[in-house]
Amino acid sequence: METVPSRVSLLSLYRVFFEVGLFSFGGGLVPWIHREVVDVRKWMSNEEFLSGVALTQVMPGVNSTNTAIYVGQRLRGLAGASTALLAMLTGPFCAVLLAAVFYQQLLGLPGFQAAMVGVAAAAIGMLLRMGIVSARVTVKSLPPLLMMIATFAAVGIFRLPLIPVVCVMAPISVAIAWFLSAPKAAAVAEDAE
Amino acid sequence: MNFDILLKIIIIMAPLSLAALGGATSIYAPMQHHTVDVEQWVTAREFLDLFAIARVTPGPGSMLGTLIGWKVAGLAGAIVASLALYLPSSALVFGVGQVWHKHRGKRWHTALENGLAPIGCGLLFAGVLTLGRIAAEGVVQIAIIPAVAALMMFWPKLHPFFFLLGAGLICYSVYLAGF
Repeated sequence: METVPSRVSLLSLYRVFFEVGLFSFGGGLVPWIHREVVDVRKWMSNEEFLSGVALTQVMPGVNSTNTAIYVGQRLRGLAGASTALLAMLTGPFCAVLLAAVFYQQLLGLPGFQAAMVGVAAAAIGMLLRMGIVSARVTVKSLPPLLMMIATFAAVGIFRLPLIPVVCVMAPISVAIAWFLSAPKAAAVAEDAE
Repeated sequence: MNFDILLKIIIIMAPLSLAALGGATSIYAPMQHHTVDVEQWVTAREFLDLFAIARVTPGPGSMLGTLIGWKVAGLAGAIVASLALYLPSSALVFGVGQVWHKHRGKRWHTALENGLAPIGCGLLFAGVLTLGRIAAEGVVQIAIIPAVAALMMFWPKLHPFFFLLGAGLICYSVYLAGF
């Protein structure tokens, strides 16, 4: 599973992230990237992708573009990261300027905003599906399950601020993973080669 | 003179880039303060309109900054504002990523990866709930969320665009039906 993917071309990297950027409404970008990068193209493993999501979410910037940089960097270094970022922004940049020119007409269209809420709801559905798929792969024992539920409850239900929550949860979760990895440390190291 | 404005855009947007913890939502307030109250580049009403445009077009909500740059200094303003909003945070993510990717395969790295993955998972579900609250205008909109998730499980190969399009059409029909 943990194999460095064969060299992904910058062009295909650009194409994937251009498409994700252009068709992303209502914040459904990270699951879309997940689908393209992990499910369809198998450029990286699920763990690798998800840990990147957690890592980049605690850093400033937009989650989706941060994730794009993470993926691009993993696959092709600086060139890959720049390509992914540029590709993510090309479509929205043009779309937002076009919309700004026509916005009075656009917002005046009856039902336009209602339709956009539906699009956003579908994007959230994508997010839910990615959560379920990822949880099935990631949560193999009780401790990660508890960590996942606690994080969800803290941020989602009790609406605690994301950064402090991650700063508390991450060390605990990583410490547990460290101890769990102890007996099969050799196997893990082998896997990585 | 134009360069002064471009420089000003950079001075305002670049720090916001690094302040955008947890996404664009955290910088709407300071962006409004700087561009509406202090610089008076746009009126409060225009700011809201631009916000709405950024919401209904594809891409991150921080495209709002791009629109303000465009409003103030045309295409050059839009490009400068975008770069100022994205480059600083992106450089930081890249720098941390360098360290991260370099140590791949070490035991502590594997522990970090396995430890962070369930947290990333929990954050995903939290995102579903947070965003769901915003989109939850009615039964139909709420029902779309699990429906799309289930349909995507059954047809993982189908392009997500069709789900977005379908959901948009359904809600448009609901609007036309007058619910």
